[in-house]
Formats: sequence, C-alpha cells, structure tokens
Amino acid sequence: MKVFGYQLPGMSSLILWGLLWEIVGRVGVTFFIPPLSEVFQTLFAIIGTPAFVKALSETAYAFSMGVFFAIVIGIPVGILMGKSRLLDELLLPWVNIFLSAPLTALVPVLMVLFGFGMKSIIITTSLFAIWIIILNSRAGVMQINRSLVDMANSFGASSWEAFTKIYFWAALPEILGGVRIGVIRAVKGVIIGQLLISIVGFGALFELYSANFMMTHFWAVLIVLFALAFTISEFLAYLESRVAYYAAKR
Amino acid sequence: MATSQTKKTTGSRVEASVEIAVSARNISKNYGETEALKNLSLDFPRGQLTSLLGPSGCGKTTLLKIIGGLLSADSGEVEVGGQAVTGPGEDRAFVFQDFALLPWASVIRNVAFGLELRGVAKSERESIAEKYINDVGLAGFENSYPHELSGGMRQRVGLARALSVDAQVLLMDEPFSAVDEQTRRKFQEDLLSLVQNENKTFIFVTHSIEEAVYVSDQIAILLPRPSRVSEIIKPSGFRDKGPENIRRDPEYLDIVDKIWASLRSYVE
Repeated sequence: MKVFGYQLPGMSSLILWGLLWEIVGRVGVTFFIPPLSEVFQTLFAIIGTPAFVKALSETAYAFSMGVFFAIVIGIPVGILMGKSRLLDELLLPWVNIFLSAPLTALVPVLMVLFGFGMKSIIITTSLFAIWIIILNSRAGVMQINRSLVDMANSFGASSWEAFTKIYFWAALPEILGGVRIGVIRAVKGVIIGQLLISIVGFGALFELYSANFMMTHFWAVLIVLFALAFTISEFLAYLESRVAYYAAKR
Repeated sequence: MATSQTKKTTGSRVEASVEIAVSARNISKNYGETEALKNLSLDFPRGQLTSLLGPSGCGKTTLLKIIGGLLSADSGEVEVGGQAVTGPGEDRAFVFQDFALLPWASVIRNVAFGLELRGVAKSERESIAEKYINDVGLAGFENSYPHELSGGMRQRVGLARALSVDAQVLLMDEPFSAVDEQTRRKFQEDLLSLVQNENKTFIFVTHSIEEAVYVSDQIAILLPRPSRVSEIIKPSGFRDKGPENIRRDPEYLDIVDKIWASLRSYVE
C-alpha cells in the first residue's frame, strides 16, 4: 500500500484497525470490547504464568499430534486415491461428505468412543484437518503428467520408487496447499475439541475467562491463538511458494 | 511420380547387415471397441533408424509403447535381441515428445535418473551423466533446472538421459515436434551423426514426412482403420551425400512426394 508516495510496510492496515479498536474500547460502547492497550497489557502479564504455559503446551501437543496424524494418513491416502480408480470410487463420497459435514456435531460421538481425554481432542483435530489434505493430494496426483509415469516405468521403477520419486514430488504443490488449509482447520478443531470434550488447554482458559466476564484476558488469549494460526499458515504459504515454480511447468 | 528409385532397395548399407534387432510379430491391440493395431508385423534392422510414419490415429505411438513394454499387446509378440518383451527392460530407452523431465530436479539428476532407477551408485551415475551432458552440448548447465532451459535444451536433457543408460534400442516418440523449426533441423542433423556413431537401433515416431525421409534408413508407412503397415520405404541414394545436400537430392524429393500422395487421402 502507498500513502502520499511512501511505501508502507506489509500489514500496516492493522495499525488502523488497532486504533479503531482502541477508540471503541475507550469510548466504552460495551464491556465486551476493552481497549486494545489493556488487552496487550494483560497479554504480557499472563503470558508467563503457569496456567497459560500449561494451556499453551497442552494445546500445542494436541494440535501437533492431530496435524501429524492428518498429514501422515492424509497424504498417502490421497495419493493412493489419485492412483487407483477403485479406491477413489470407494472413498471419494465419504471424503466429500466429511469435508462439508459439521464435524462439531460428531464430537459427542468421539467422546463416547474414545473417552474424555487428550485422545479425543487429537482425533477431533485430525478429523478437521485430514479431508482437505486427502482431496488436495488426490488432485495433485490426478493432474500428473502421464509421460513422467511412462518415463519412470520405462526405466524399470518399482511402484515404491514411482511413489516416492515421482508421484509425491509431482503432487507436492497441491499437497502443501492442502496441508496449509488443513492446518488452519486444525486450529478450529483443537479449540472446539478442548471446549467440548474436556476443559483443558486454551479451551479451559476461554471457558474460565468468558464465564467470569474477564474480557481483556479473553481477548489476550484469542490474539495469541490468532497470531499462532496466522504464523503457521504464512510459514506453509512460504514453503508452497518455494515449490510453486514448477507447479505450472509439469 | 517417379517411384522406381524407392522400389529397388539395394543400398549397400542396408543389405550389408540385415541383422534384425527388434521384430514385431502379428501385433493386435484394441482400446475398447477401437482397433488401434491389427495383425501388424515389422522388422527393425540393427544399427539403423526406422521411422513409423502415418496420419494421427494410425497407432504409431501405441506400437512404440508396446515395443517399449509400457503397453501390452492383446495378441502377437515383440522380440528385442531375440528375447520376447514382457515389460520395460534395460535394452530399451525412451525419448519423449514432451521431454518428461522432473521439474524439481537439476539437469544432472534428470540425466542420471534412468541410472538412479537402475540402482547405480550416485558418484558413478553422475560421472556417466556428466559425459553425456557434454556429448549433447549442455556442459555448464548441470545444476540448472528444466524451467530455466529452452525447449531444445530440455530435449537434449531427455536425449542424454536415454543415452546414459546405454540401451541397445532407442525409442523416440515424436522427439522434435515440441521444439522450434530451426532447433528441429539441428536436431535432425545431430541425429544422423548419432545413428552413424552409436551402434544402436533407433525407432522414431514422427508425423513429419520430410523429417522421416531425412533421418531414416527405413520408413514404415502406417495407415489407420484398420492399422497396418502399408508400405516400407528404404531410401538408399542420398545418405552418404552429407546432411546439407539431402534436402535437394532428387530421390529425397521424390520419396517425400510419393509418401504425401499415399497419405493425403487419410488427412481429414
């Protein structure tokens, strides 16, 4: 963005929105919106407290485990669906249903099946992330250049070699795109899981703060969470741009 | 049309060594209802370049893929060096129309990729790749990526990859159709010296009549519906006159005319 001929650094518009927030907070329209400066004061005050660190580490654990399973299951399943017509016919309807289904409604079922602990939260997180990863990996494999496959076969590639040396790399731009969207959905999954299943991690903090009308605390935790999700997403977008140069040239 | 020259196939080079490197016997292949190939037989002499020429849909690429072992024939069989073909093998290597390079790999890894799949150790395969990168004139581009190269240079990478596995038979599927006209002429001249210098058997699919006549020791005209070999032409008179004289040789011009006369009714 350029103002009066000066090039402003990226995301300068956030300053404007921050100011607006501050003004609305100072005017005192509603107690739900405290001034942004107070939110940040609270943020720095609670960020080192044991309750916060515990919430962060629990959430990070559930999140990374959930994303890990979504990726290590999702990518191979997607690639196999892209390669095998039979598997595709069998699984595609389910993947599409789960992609658009309101997964929150499934969480109570997960509680019954897997108990009220961390296991259910991790599974919820995986369920939020995995479908788009499968679909994107599948799409990446389906647009693969047939002559690359012929080339590998003509040199006697085994199916494992074709998988690791051709299919995975050819589909990588789409796979990373899917992982990025999956990770963003996993943030939703981990918070919803924590709120609904067992009151732990950030879910517990949200519950505590909002029940007691501690709005500055509430917003402080929310900002931390948004910042984390945004950072991870931007990092994956950066990785994506590193491989995008060949996406158009396959 | 003067066809007498092409009928007498008594060129010394053709007759001297009629050892057959690849032979296709009674090949049939259907795609569903469509007959791609019907009872097709064809021999490919060792050390020579044979073109498969015909209108689109005549099954020339299908035949090439069957010889390469990428497709299996419904009936009939292919023998390479006396061995029946059951799949891809180390005695054959492909050059693809769209180059089929790995966009995420450098030139040297692409050239060495055939050897990599055959389990050759990294240092050994890279020194072999190095040699062929030099041979095709790409020295200095070892660490470039395909998207940084022109179409002609990319096909040189594809050619170096096929040469580096040292297969007896090179299968070329319209290798020059995706490069510009001037590069194509250079490639055709280079191919002539490649056929001269390497003692390999070349099977060359093309839809260009001029290209086929220019580079081939033997031209198989394939006609569609049902696909079959309608004629085999062995140009003999102009091969030794040097690459720059071929295009104005009377025999060259006559053969081009004759092939066009027999193909024109099949072009929609």
